[in-house]
This record gives sequence, C-alpha cells and structure tokens, in this order.
Amino acid sequence: MKNPEQHRSRIHPQLAGYAARYAAIGVVMIFAVGPFLWLLSTALKSASENIFAYPPRFIPVAPTLDNFVRVFDSQPFFLYLLNSVIVATLSVLLNLLFASLAAYPLARMQFKGRQLIFGILLASMMIPFQLLMIPVYELAIALGLQNSYLGLVLPHACTAFGIFFMRQAFLGIPAAIEEAAILEGVSRVRIWWFVLLPLLKPSLATLAVFSFIAVWGDFLWPLIIIDQPSLFTLPLGVNRLSSTFSLDWRLVAAGAVFSMLPILIFFTFAQRYFIEGAMKGAVKG
Amino acid sequence: MTNLPKLPKLPKLRGSHPLLPYLFIIPACVVISTIVLYPALKAVYLSLTNFNMINEAGFIGLANYVNVWNDPFFWAALKNTLLYMVVVVPVLVFAPIFLAALVNKQIPGIAFFRAAIYLPVITSLVISGLIWKWVYEEKGILNYFLLATGITDTPVAFLTDPANALLSVMAVTIWSGMGYYMVIYLAGLQAIPRHLYEVAEVEGVSRFKQMLHITIPLLRPSIAVVTVMSSIAAMKVFEEVYVMTQGGPMDSTKTLVYYIYESAFTEFEMGYASAIGVILFLLTLVFSLINLRFLREKS
Repeated sequence: MKNPEQHRSRIHPQLAGYAARYAAIGVVMIFAVGPFLWLLSTALKSASENIFAYPPRFIPVAPTLDNFVRVFDSQPFFLYLLNSVIVATLSVLLNLLFASLAAYPLARMQFKGRQLIFGILLASMMIPFQLLMIPVYELAIALGLQNSYLGLVLPHACTAFGIFFMRQAFLGIPAAIEEAAILEGVSRVRIWWFVLLPLLKPSLATLAVFSFIAVWGDFLWPLIIIDQPSLFTLPLGVNRLSSTFSLDWRLVAAGAVFSMLPILIFFTFAQRYFIEGAMKGAVKG
Repeated sequence: MTNLPKLPKLPKLRGSHPLLPYLFIIPACVVISTIVLYPALKAVYLSLTNFNMINEAGFIGLANYVNVWNDPFFWAALKNTLLYMVVVVPVLVFAPIFLAALVNKQIPGIAFFRAAIYLPVITSLVISGLIWKWVYEEKGILNYFLLATGITDTPVAFLTDPANALLSVMAVTIWSGMGYYMVIYLAGLQAIPRHLYEVAEVEGVSRFKQMLHITIPLLRPSIAVVTVMSSIAAMKVFEEVYVMTQGGPMDSTKTLVYYIYESAFTEFEMGYASAIGVILFLLTLVFSLINLRFLREKS
C-alpha cells in the first residue's frame, strides 16, 4: 500500500509544474500569436471605428468585411493569389523533378565525376543569392524573362539543398528492392519512376512543402524582376498596399490577412510535412 | 574545402549504359550552372567593372573595392550587419532551447501550442514586417502596454528613433525565426535518453542544473547547426528592413544586403553592388567556417 501522505506530496508539485508550464506557454503565445490577432482585429474594424483608440479595443465594435472588399476594389488580389499559386507550384514541381533525378545516381551509381559534382553542388549552397541576383537579373532580362512567370520561377527551379535532401531519401531505400528489379531486366529509368519515386512520396512531400514556403514568401527576387502589377505575387501586393501615400492600416491589415489565409489552411492540413522539412533541413544545414 | 565528405564507393553499374548516370544528373547540373555557378563567376567579374545596365561593362580593376573601402555607407552597413549578428544570433541560439524544453511534454493542447509558435515561420517576412510596423506604431498596441504597465512614461519611437530602430527590426527577425529553431531543438531533445533526467531527478538535481549539465551539452550538434543557420540568416536580412524602415532613420538600419539592393536597383551601380556582394559572400564563408571549427573543437 502506498502511503497517502507521500502520494499527495507527489501530486502537488506535479500540478504546480503543469500550472507553471501553462503560464509560461501563455506568455510565449501572447508574443507569438498576439500580433496576428491584433492584425485580424484591425482588418475587421469599420471605417467609423478609431483604430488608434486609447485604450485599444481588441474586439471590433461592429466587425465588418468592408476592408477586404476595399482591398479587392483597389487591387486585383485574387490575381496576385493566382500568380503566387502558379509560381510556387511550377517552382516546386521543377525542383522536385530535377532534385529527384540528380539525387538518384548520386546515391546509387558509380560514375566518373561523381565526387566532383557532389563537391560543386555542396559549394554552391554556400553562395548567397544576394551575390547572384545581379547576374541572374541580367540573364533573365537577356532571355526576355522580365515580367513573366518563368522569370519568377528561375532562381527556384533547382536547389542544391533539394538534391541533397533527395539523395538522403534514396539512401534510405534498401538496395535489395532495386537489385530485384534490375535482375528482372527493368530499366533504370523505369525503376526510378515506378519503383523508387512511389517509395519516396513522404520525402517528396516534405521537400515540396519546404520549397513551397520559400517561394511563397520570396520578396527580393519578385521585387526586382517584376514591375507589372498584373504579375505581382502576394508579398508584392501587400507591399504595394503599404507603400501608398496615405498609409491605411485597415487596408494593409486586410490585405495581409488575405495573403496569409492560403498558407494557413495549407499549414493546418500538412503540418507534419512543415515540421519534418524544418528538422531535416537543419540536419543537412 | 579540406573536409569535403568522401562519398562511399559503389559497385559498377551492371546492365545499363555507362552514360545513364549523366542522363539523370545533367538537367540539374545545367540549371544549377545557369542560376548559381555562372552568375557567381559573373558577379566576381562584374565587381571589377563599372557595369550599370546602360553602358557596356568596362573593366576597372579593383576600383570598386577601393571605393567600398572609402565608403562610409558601406562601413555603416557592415557595422549594422555585425551588430545584427551579435544580438540576434545568441538569442536565436539559446532562447529556442528553453522554448523547446517548454513544449517538449505531452500535455493537453501541446500540438496547438507548437503550431502557433511555428506560425511566424511560415509567414512571409514582408507580412511579418508590416504586422510589427503596426504593433510598433507611436499610438500602437505595444506602446499602450508599455504605458499602461508603467514601463515607460512616454511612447517609444521604435522605428523612427535611430537609437531604437535597429533593435526593433532585430526583434522581428527573432520573432520570425524562433519557431524554426525550436523545432530543430525539439528533434534534438527527443534524442536525449530519458533515463539521464530520471537519474538526475533521483539525485535531486534542480531543473535548471539539468538544463545546464544534461540538455545543453547533449544538444551540441543542434546548437552547431542553429548557430551556422542563424548567422547566415542574420547576414542576409533584407525584407524586414525594406518594409519597416527602408534602411533609415539616418541609415541606422541599413544592412549589407539592403545596401546591395539599393546600390544595384535604385542607383544602378551594378559593378559596385557586386563588389559588396563578393564581400558578403566572403563574410558568410568565414563565419560559417569559424562557427563550424569552433563548435567542432568544443565537442
């Protein structure tokens, strides 16, 4: 039999520990999520409500979607959304294709120049895009890619990170599976497509989400390669809302909330892959 | 690169054409060459020219580098970038460890809390910058809290006072990165054997000492990764500065990357901007190598 006294003394510190943990998490949440909620609150405030009220009102007096309507009236935000989706989708597909192609021989085949290519790819990860952007900009202009989807996709089309990530994934598949197929006389290309890629779906999904976030949030490259508003992506659109002469915070807030919605929905459903991407991204540095 | 990882030898290809591996690898090599290798060499070349998008690039030797050396704006930007690293990197290396320890327990609602802390990571930096610009307003929400709690008696000019602006922008970078590094540490924490803590618990070692003597030493590999990643990220700060301060007030938030952008795309001094880009690359390289060496020796 347990001594009831002893039992209680173990429960109490545990409860106190829980309370302390929740309290600390609560403080963190205020910092992490508070700014988003304040943005949402601002976006829902009507034109007649003072957004600089003192003390501030967290719940709008009469919540309204007017600001969103005004955003769509002033700028083609649905077009920006479409542009963002097209550019992100194209970039992700190309990146997955090139990475999973290149990773296969790097993981599984012996060939001349393998070590050299591996080294060059590794070194290329060290070069910051900010050094490359001027020549890439010049190249894009020379190829007539200014103000085009392809221009937006160009720097994201293939990443060395993606190749290393996929190589690691290929290494995780037992060689026996492939050898069996080789003995059957199946060609390597067919093995790659019909045997290996289906096994790599989780890794492909993780890489897809990881590269999606990078392209979706990209600002510097679209800023320099696009000057036609009809090709703006969401970050450019929100930036444009904020750089008008009379800064209207209700409008900026509504535009920002609208731009966040797609990735928020995506995050809710594919959270696992977001987190996995972050973890594996880190392992490979 | 002296310590390039050696690839393991693989058996010879059987039954396939010897050129087959190249078939797989060439598309990626072509694209990487086009968007990374060629531009990198071109950038080094441009840094030796007076290229400005209008005229043909004329070779001017090291003149750009001499001008950089004599350019007070460059030194200001370098100083700001280094300050950025000195403040942001330690915070992003250590604070997320505590954050990860905080959410590394299966309590009700924990998945939601982790997701919520991760939210700033998936938010594009332009939006994060704008959110905080709004929070930082003179009559904004943050000043309300500071005044209401009596921490300050006058509103703080977060972004308009040169003494505060850089710190205010740094806070946004920290806010955006915290969740990312927390996740990396969570993975690291979950690899630490639980029995170590159980033994410590029995021995009556305090939570804080457990953190200091068990958690942090065993997290060293993750700490190394986070240090390198956050240094590189701090070196490349741009979006926050662009949307919040445009490098001002009085150049107090002008970072190296912002200065490169400004020189190249508002002044169109592409050659000059490339020279600063090359310097940025060298700095990134040096910092990564120092970080790695330093952390490897310690472990």
